[in-house]
Amino acid sequence: MSTIASLRIGEMGYISEESLDLIPLKLLEMGCLPGAEVQLVQIAPLKDLLYICVNGSHLAIRKETAVQIQILKANL
Amino acid sequence: MSKNNIKVALIGNPNTGKTSLFNQLTGLNQKVGNYPGVTVDKKEGKSKLSATQNAIITDLPGTYSINPTSLDESIVLKTLLKKDIKESPDVILVVADVENLKRNLLLFSQIKDLEIPTVLAINMVDQMHKKGISIDLTALKEELNTEVVLISARKNQGIDKVKEAIIKCHVAAKATPMCDNNKIDPEYFEKLKAINPNFSLYELWLMVTQKNFPEGITKVQKEQLLSFNKDVSKLKKYQHKETIYRYQEINKILKKTYLVNKNAATDVRSRLDKIFTHKIFGYIIFLLVLLLIFQSIFDWSSVPMDFIDGAFANLSDFAKSNLPAGVFTDLIVEGIIPGIGGVLIFIPQIAILFMFIAILEETGYMSRVVFLMDKIMRRFGMNGKSIIPLISGTACAIPAIMATRTISSWKERLITILVVPFTTCSARLPVYAILIALIIPNKKILGFYNLQAFTLLMLYALGFLSAILAAYILQKTLKIKSSSFFVVEMPNYKIPSFKNVFLEVIEKTKAFVFEAGKIILALSIILWFLASNGPESFKNAEKNTIENIENKQLNKADLQQKIASAKLENSYIGIMGKTIEPAIKPLGYDWKIGIALITSFAAREVFVGTLATIYSVASDDEDTSTIKQKMRSEINPETGKKRFNFPVGMSLLVFYAFAMQCMATLAIVKRETKTWKWPLIQLFGMALLAYISSLITYQILS
Repeated sequence: MSTIASLRIGEMGYISEESLDLIPLKLLEMGCLPGAEVQLVQIAPLKDLLYICVNGSHLAIRKETAVQIQILKANL
Repeated sequence: MSKNNIKVALIGNPNTGKTSLFNQLTGLNQKVGNYPGVTVDKKEGKSKLSATQNAIITDLPGTYSINPTSLDESIVLKTLLKKDIKESPDVILVVADVENLKRNLLLFSQIKDLEIPTVLAINMVDQMHKKGISIDLTALKEELNTEVVLISARKNQGIDKVKEAIIKCHVAAKATPMCDNNKIDPEYFEKLKAINPNFSLYELWLMVTQKNFPEGITKVQKEQLLSFNKDVSKLKKYQHKETIYRYQEINKILKKTYLVNKNAATDVRSRLDKIFTHKIFGYIIFLLVLLLIFQSIFDWSSVPMDFIDGAFANLSDFAKSNLPAGVFTDLIVEGIIPGIGGVLIFIPQIAILFMFIAILEETGYMSRVVFLMDKIMRRFGMNGKSIIPLISGTACAIPAIMATRTISSWKERLITILVVPFTTCSARLPVYAILIALIIPNKKILGFYNLQAFTLLMLYALGFLSAILAAYILQKTLKIKSSSFFVVEMPNYKIPSFKNVFLEVIEKTKAFVFEAGKIILALSIILWFLASNGPESFKNAEKNTIENIENKQLNKADLQQKIASAKLENSYIGIMGKTIEPAIKPLGYDWKIGIALITSFAAREVFVGTLATIYSVASDDEDTSTIKQKMRSEINPETGKKRFNFPVGMSLLVFYAFAMQCMATLAIVKRETKTWKWPLIQLFGMALLAYISSLITYQILS
């Protein structure tokens, strides 16, 4: 199963319904909702902090959080 | 209409222009106070809504939700949950960013459910056209069942409409919830609602999830509410469900009222992001920004600093020659005026630094730095957001420590608080400046770089490296469990607003002057008292010096100086210096330097003033060159050579780099950590480090 962490820069995906309980409440509140389209904008040096765009929010999250959020890749 | 002021709470997501709106509504009419009970600054301002109606507007910290994850955000919850009836707002003004309306409405929906009259101000509507956004305002008002206004706070558009809406909302005072948690689990929430019908269901739900109980909840009810808290996984699940449910409701409303034409959107952001977050250019730009800041701090501040310095010296002279001679005049001329001057001299540097930090925050660049630095900072037990306090720390540790409030992990926040005092704050500068001038020759290395400036740069590097190293050690030794969840928003790039930057600089500088000023002023008065009073031997000092046969040949000026020295040696402070002399001798210091060490434990910059007094320079003369000359000609009686030779100077530099000599910082750390444990660890840990390092430095060099 792919997660946000397995996206490449510029790639998009949809957050899967199954990861609902694994998404921290705060992230959910910031728009990271199941079913939402998520794009990986940039990866920080040393491969951590992923800069994502979801539901109009531009957020930077840590890799440990990103690997918990499962996605369905867009054009696959 | 009520003659009383309407209490308005201003609330919104970060980066929505909340500060701009606050500044437009209140102008210079604002002040920073403390929340009763919780010691976190609150910004309040008065705003004239109409000819007959005023409002007191409270600016609450920016937050994405009522459910707090950091100290900053918990203030919002506490204010809204009517903990104190007097403090609770009459009207809540929610600011939202037009581009991010969906997410902003989540917070709005939570607030609406508290059933307090609420006004929604949609900000940055001047951007609407460019972004291809259109809003059906009438329909939105109806759907949200509240006053909605479109504004552009930076361009000062729509502010009058906000004021009107506040009055309207206050008069009507009807407030209906937006979402009904009952839908999630009717049985569960009915039971919750039955506990106390005086509160809205959402308020009760917040009490359960946040364990925050306002007045009006009895002990029995509290127990009942806490019983809902037992099943943590259920609670979490319902919080998740609630959030999804809210977004569903918001989507339904926005579908009818809000339209975005994505093709119209231009993308400056992604192009700038590519440069600022680049793995090589990103760091180079950050480094250049830092260099620019430090360069400016030194270059731009020297003229106003010299001016302040000169003005206070003149003021002292003026007071001395115009006031009748006596104890009281001495106190003013030798204690109070130099004391105040000692604080005010830092204003230029601090203001410049705060200006840069405000600009970096306003433009949105700071978030990019957080993005670049998080992983690196994490290796040292801190977090990307720690970079802001560490940079601010080079002006003053006090605002830097307050800036850690946005860090949600307690361990990372605590480590940041503990290491911030290692960074070279502006109070160390006068000490460094005078010591460097004494021991480092003023010549060029490599043909162009000034050796003195290079030494200063090395001291800055030393401060930063020791902060990082201390953080690493603390990370390994502190056994604190705290969640490491981290998220930071990457806001849109913006051109900073002059008004916002200006007001921020004024407010922060004012806070510094008063926080640090009180202590420095009090201390210089105490120091003056201890230096001009003493036991029996002090009173006889003058007579003994005059009667001493060796002094009979001296001319009048030299005799006066001898008397002053003898008096100091026998004053209370002199006795204190003598007492600690054995302990500091291995570091190369004598009792006179010892006095300066004692007094500068309250504030580092007192060092120079103390030495000025001690070396019987007329202490109303703050001109460093005379102090410098006195220090240069001070002889060590044991060796017959200069007191401030290279080993002693270096040993002192190292001591001041490490020692925690700032009472104001200790007080702030106590305030922020809510215990004396951490400031005391900081004080003794850093003092020990300073002592050992200086000992090694002196012993190796001499």
